[in-house]
Amino acid sequence: MVTVSMEMQILFAGLLFLTGLVGFLVRRNIIFMLMSIEIMLNSAALVFVIAGSHWMQTDGQVMFIFILTVSAAEVSVGLALILQMYHHFKTLDADALKKLRD
Amino acid sequence: MTTLIWLIPVLPLLSFLIIALFGRLLPKKAVAMLGVGSVTLSAVLTIVAGIGFLSSPPPEGVILSKIYTWIDTAGFTAQIAFLFDPLALVFCFVITFVGALIHFYSIEFMSDDDGFSRFFAYMNLFVGTMLILVLADNLLLLYMGWEGVGLCSYLLIGFWYKEPDNGYAARKAFIVTRIGDTAMILGLFLLFVSFGTLDISDLMQDASEKWVTGSPLAVISTLLLLGGALGKSAQLPLQTWLPDAMAGPSPVSALIHAATMVTAGVYLITRTHVLFMLAPVVMTAIAIIGAVTLLVAGFSALAQTDLKRVLAYSTISQIGYMFLAMGIGAWSAGVFHFMIHAFFKALLFLSAGAVIHLLNHEHDIFRMGGLRKKLPVIYITFLIGGASLSALPLITAGFYSKDQILWFGWSSVISSHWLWLAGITGALLTSLYTFRMIFITFFGETKTEPAHKSGLIMTIPLIVLAVLSLVGGFIEMPENIGPMHLFSGLFDGFLPDVILNERGNHELILQILSGVVTFGGIWLAYRLFYKKSAFAIRYKESRINKFFYSGWGFDRLYALLFVRPTAWLSEIDKKDFIDLIYKNIAGVTVYFNLIVSRTQNGKLRWYVLVLTIGIVVILTFMISL
Repeated sequence: MVTVSMEMQILFAGLLFLTGLVGFLVRRNIIFMLMSIEIMLNSAALVFVIAGSHWMQTDGQVMFIFILTVSAAEVSVGLALILQMYHHFKTLDADALKKLRD
Repeated sequence: MTTLIWLIPVLPLLSFLIIALFGRLLPKKAVAMLGVGSVTLSAVLTIVAGIGFLSSPPPEGVILSKIYTWIDTAGFTAQIAFLFDPLALVFCFVITFVGALIHFYSIEFMSDDDGFSRFFAYMNLFVGTMLILVLADNLLLLYMGWEGVGLCSYLLIGFWYKEPDNGYAARKAFIVTRIGDTAMILGLFLLFVSFGTLDISDLMQDASEKWVTGSPLAVISTLLLLGGALGKSAQLPLQTWLPDAMAGPSPVSALIHAATMVTAGVYLITRTHVLFMLAPVVMTAIAIIGAVTLLVAGFSALAQTDLKRVLAYSTISQIGYMFLAMGIGAWSAGVFHFMIHAFFKALLFLSAGAVIHLLNHEHDIFRMGGLRKKLPVIYITFLIGGASLSALPLITAGFYSKDQILWFGWSSVISSHWLWLAGITGALLTSLYTFRMIFITFFGETKTEPAHKSGLIMTIPLIVLAVLSLVGGFIEMPENIGPMHLFSGLFDGFLPDVILNERGNHELILQILSGVVTFGGIWLAYRLFYKKSAFAIRYKESRINKFFYSGWGFDRLYALLFVRPTAWLSEIDKKDFIDLIYKNIAGVTVYFNLIVSRTQNGKLRWYVLVLTIGIVVILTFMISL
């Protein structure tokens, strides 16, 4: 069995998070932004699993399932908001919605 | 009963608080009930306390009721404590009793005004602070009441604040009296430095023990106190605010200019008379200021065309009499004239207010006329007030109070016949301008029709005050008319008696003389203004009349001496370096604000970026630690 060192695992999770963050920052389409958030959430969940396997405890996996549930709920709300946004503004561009500035 | 003395000032203040906070929610009736009820209750309390005080005088001669230690530091304590003695009793009685009548009258006078509840709140505050002033047992509390009265006069003179002129008059009253107040507080500092206390009775005790008569400190401190009194009592040279203060509603004029504020100066000097007796120079100054003021104001009153301004100048003139009396050591005569003056001047102001009210705010006496038949009740009350003001012999109260001052002006050791002459000339002027006003307003042909008749609420206070203006004098009579000394008896042991000179007893001759002068004034007014002699018409156009009309040009003089130089100085000094500092501080702040506000651009991705940068910075710090 190939073992990967803990550092590499964490680094991978970090890269995954960065991918999500950069995606969030560079994309203007709100659906892609939502997907980027999912990636970031998953990278965080991955860290839980890594830690769980490191200390040989099940808590990490329990936490992962918990995060999965939360993100499912969050996506359903997010998609509903996106639908509303499209109804109102006929666009999915996040930058077009800047009425809240001072 | 005497333990309830603290309620006298507290009741109006409480009612002020309620009306000020909930006035908008309360119906007009409730506001009127509160406003009038609180002052009336104070009046009842004063009368009951007064009867208790007089029937069983306390052994130490005064009642002191301590409520609360206001300030307590090393070397200085100030109590909120009320001192009740005959002097405070007289002032409290006049303030609450006349004040209650004026409040009652205002219910009808102000009934159509939008600021009904605001009006009663201010009036109650006014009465409350004035009561604090006269009941205070130390000069600091007195000064608080003093400033409260100044504030209320500002608020009430500018009551109809939508007219810019009224606001100007209010500011003028505030600033001019403030000049006097500044002198007064300097005087208080000096007294405190000298004696380490501001408690009035301690102060009087210490002063009479430590200071010799005529010592420089006594002269300076009394001069400073006198400055405060001159400002509040509108005496020369700080008299210019009072005629303009007629901008307020008529009940306000009655309250400020008859019962309360302008008499504060008289009260202060009488209250600290021990100090003033130590400075004979200042006493002479008071007498001379009073004499000059009563003449100056008398001539000005003769030239006015606005009904209320005539009365305003006559107030200045009558307070001149009170100052004259105090200056020659006739303390109780001054206070007596204060009380009688409060009755008839409140009556005159309220009657004038009724006339103005019923003629739709017509102030000019030359556009009135013939009102004797249209408004008989007001005519009679005004006539009684006018007769009392001109000191019609024997039947009016004004005769007894003014005659006493004139008599002491003749017979006091520290008076001179010049002061008496000024007084008797002032008496001639008084009856002349009073009956000029009456003949022009109430006789002749009708020029403006009254809109309606005055209601009962406005008429009752007039009748009560009219009765008092007639019979109020009978409690103190000259020796040769009747053995009646109730009023001066009140002050036995509190205020020193007048020391008479050896000029001999000519009291009867002087009385006849002053009676002749009064009737002479009325006859002259009849010839000049009822019969409209050619001289009167020519005089009206003359330059000297215009000079008197402007109040001897004092306003112009002060504008030239003080106002314009100050305005000029601030004009050329607009951009000095101190302003520059503050301007730059403001500029830098605005600049930073501009930068920071640009980051708030509404873009979600930008916010996330800033957030990320922030987290990275914080994490870097945390890890490097």
